Amino acid sequence: MSELTLRELSVPGHRGPRLMPLDVPAQGAERVIPKDRLRRAAPALAEVSEPVAVRHFVNLSTLNHHIDKAIYPLGSCTMKYNPKLNDEVARIAGFAMLHPLQPEETSQGAMAVIWELQDWLKTVMGMPAITTQPVAGAQCELTAILMTRAYHRDRGDAREEVIVPDSAHGTNPSTVHQVGYRVVTVPSGPDGRVEMDALRNAITKKTAAMMLTNPNTLGIFETHVGEIARLVHEAGALLYLDGANLNAMVGLANPGAMGFDFAHINLHKTFSTPHGTGGPGGGVLCTRQELEPYLPLPVLEKNGERYSWSYERPRSIGRVHSHYGNFGILLRALCYMRTLGGTGISEVSREAILNANYLKARLVEAYAPSHPGYCMHEFVLSASRQKARGVKALDVAKRLLDFGMHAPTTYFPLIVDEALMIEPTETETKASLDSFAEAMLTIDRETIEDPARVKAAPTKTPVRRLDEARAARRLELSWQDTEAHGGAA
Amino acid sequence: MLERIGAPNLESLWASIPEEFRVTGPLPLPAPLAEYEIARKFEQWGERNADASRYACFLGGGIYDHFIPAALRSIISRSEFATAYTPYQPEVSQGTLQVMFEYQSLIRELTGMEVANASMYDGATAAAEAAHLAAGATGRTRVLVSAGLHPHYREVLRTYASAGGFTVEDLPLAGGRTSAASIARAEGPQIGAVIWPQPNFEGIVEDGKVLTEAAHAAGGYSIAVADPVALAILTPPGEDGADIVVGEGQPIGVPMSYGGPLVGFFAIRKTDVRRLPGRLAGATVDLDGKRGYVLTLQTREQHIRRERATSNICTNQGLMSIANTVHLALLGAQGMRDVATQCLERAHYLAGRLAEIPGITLANGDAPYFREFVVRLPGSAEAFARAALERKILAGIPLARFDRARGKDLLVAVTEKRSREELDRYVETAAQWARTAAAKAPAEAACRS
Repeated sequence: MSELTLRELSVPGHRGPRLMPLDVPAQGAERVIPKDRLRRAAPALAEVSEPVAVRHFVNLSTLNHHIDKAIYPLGSCTMKYNPKLNDEVARIAGFAMLHPLQPEETSQGAMAVIWELQDWLKTVMGMPAITTQPVAGAQCELTAILMTRAYHRDRGDAREEVIVPDSAHGTNPSTVHQVGYRVVTVPSGPDGRVEMDALRNAITKKTAAMMLTNPNTLGIFETHVGEIARLVHEAGALLYLDGANLNAMVGLANPGAMGFDFAHINLHKTFSTPHGTGGPGGGVLCTRQELEPYLPLPVLEKNGERYSWSYERPRSIGRVHSHYGNFGILLRALCYMRTLGGTGISEVSREAILNANYLKARLVEAYAPSHPGYCMHEFVLSASRQKARGVKALDVAKRLLDFGMHAPTTYFPLIVDEALMIEPTETETKASLDSFAEAMLTIDRETIEDPARVKAAPTKTPVRRLDEARAARRLELSWQDTEAHGGAA
Repeated sequence: MLERIGAPNLESLWASIPEEFRVTGPLPLPAPLAEYEIARKFEQWGERNADASRYACFLGGGIYDHFIPAALRSIISRSEFATAYTPYQPEVSQGTLQVMFEYQSLIRELTGMEVANASMYDGATAAAEAAHLAAGATGRTRVLVSAGLHPHYREVLRTYASAGGFTVEDLPLAGGRTSAASIARAEGPQIGAVIWPQPNFEGIVEDGKVLTEAAHAAGGYSIAVADPVALAILTPPGEDGADIVVGEGQPIGVPMSYGGPLVGFFAIRKTDVRRLPGRLAGATVDLDGKRGYVLTLQTREQHIRRERATSNICTNQGLMSIANTVHLALLGAQGMRDVATQCLERAHYLAGRLAEIPGITLANGDAPYFREFVVRLPGSAEAFARAALERKILAGIPLARFDRARGKDLLVAVTEKRSREELDRYVETAAQWARTAAAKAPAEAACRS
């Protein structure tokens, strides 16, 4: 039996917590608001009691896989454990109940938190300027490419193209297009790195910027990054680090030294803020000093012991969020960094790389790696051998769910056939990595002995494979649609 | 582990990082702290803020101190929601997907629209994405934006407009409300959309029907930026004929948290479903014919479509949209109407009492308002707000922040949480301050404003 919807659970007149009684003289909405501006009928929201609502959501929650339950090795998503202290700190009333437009003298504590986080992140990145206003990696990309436009415009230099490697995340080309630049794709060479000759040919005086994920989505460090930066800068263009894979570099490598003009950080990946079923995330954008004037408004300043927001920034691209970004996420990230301290942060990437290499070493006997050799914090396998037995990467992923584990990222990067992109993170133990490896090896044996079983998976999950084509064909996007279709499918 | 890897030492694993880019030794950052040291440190920072647990909060402007049920906090703290990610594997994400489906249904109901997505970053970026959608759908790039829209939203719209997809022009206010006549007067073709707030930044209820008719007459989309609490009692923009309704979901179950995380809602007509940005959950069946939910129409999205995507949005505000869903479930239709009605009644009580004080007037006269209004003081609004802090009152948002010519104007918001005692304390504080201001040399007051 599926969990009923709130609509189906509704009983007229039932309700949850009550308000305090109205203790001022009532005028009546109809006396102060024009009649045609008042809703004729109450919105048909749910009518349930608190215990019914709580059971409903708790029952639904148990249908989810989550990081507190078991390994969640989604490549490039950095699903690491999220320490509970971080959430506790974010619930302190002095933060949770603070309004963004308070007088600055009444929010100095919040501003101090942002200031300290910025300081720590600048040290980690080796870059001098920073904004914590974007709320996701994709919004950092948009911010940086808008800054790129403003930068070139100030030089009277209209440029038209942004270079993106073929292994890049979809957000890169999508962002470039949104800002009105043309995407120029450069291929990856046989070693999985940017093809340098192709890059040399792609870089011209029309190039506004290049976006580079390092290590790239194959989990391979772009060893030529110094040369790439030199070529990009010689052409007068800017180099952007997509920080999706920063978990391979924290305290180990210095993006500023590599010559990046921009670098973004996903706090929800590298700095362990909870993913919340797909957000809220936290985007931080670091830049080289010369680009600082273009940062979004406002910028945090400190004079003596007093913090203030500066709006006097004529070259800024403007605001990208209603207020100062996802403050609750910034708090959690600082709490995480404070827990680890300088020494702990320096261990993060080293342990993540060790875990990934160990897992890769255990799996390559059964699955073809996209590239040989050591990986950084993640690696890509191809289910090409399994495909020859009639089992696809998707089937392997679905079968993993039966083992109570989450699947890797599948079919990405696009340049690897039957890709399984695996990122274990540093918070998995050797025992947990071994269990995952055993599951993957068992599945491989099943592809020989009982491929039908893999193709029928999952069978132990709350639902079996779902008909996605039907969902797209017969759109049912709300319970109102369900009723219009004449009831649940 | 190294033995199994076949590596001689740890360093060999990252030999592909050229030495010149490596960090040698630990980062120059302080030592780790114990949990209780950190908790103390953050509590101390928290104490430096005057928050709404210790002060009566009359600050609004899109972010409000509304009641949040305890059961909501308990549910969204659950690991199953807090530590899951985007439901890429629907078989183990039915909890997330069904909540998305219910969220979409509730937003549809509140806005009076036909399709809602699974959330955006915040109200401001939702408005910008709406402008982008309208420009794409109409093939017209001029977007007229009401001067009554939140000033920060207008800034974000200008930032997104600088990407080149659309241009932004201001629509003036007349008598505190967006001027429909000025839509007709906006010269030339190419009007792709009119963006209007409901209610507007100064709390005033707009005539969405008239604005929508004017937008359509000009050949553009009508885009409403609506407050979800107000929608419990005001005519939903969908009924006014709006083509897109977006807004900020913070007032329904999300803490103010210094302005983030917030959550934007985004609702449209069915005809535009393939232009919709962001995630979308849909119902379907599994192999056994059992009901289930999936992310649908993903070919709109960046991870499939790359540069041809409808938006570059990837991660959104999942946990906050769950908070919205739980909030609407716990309060229900009657609870939401009660909240909205109490906001309206308490706001009108306070405004009425303030307007009785000599020297204090309502800046927008008798224009109809919901839970927020502008008072014009006999002196600097910033000075009054500072004075009120001593009485443990966060008195409002001085409008000089946005317009230097409005030094005496204060935007005051009243939620269902503000008790009679707090409202009366506000009135007393204002009366006392107004008397002092009147006693002082009028020249000084003028100078400060």
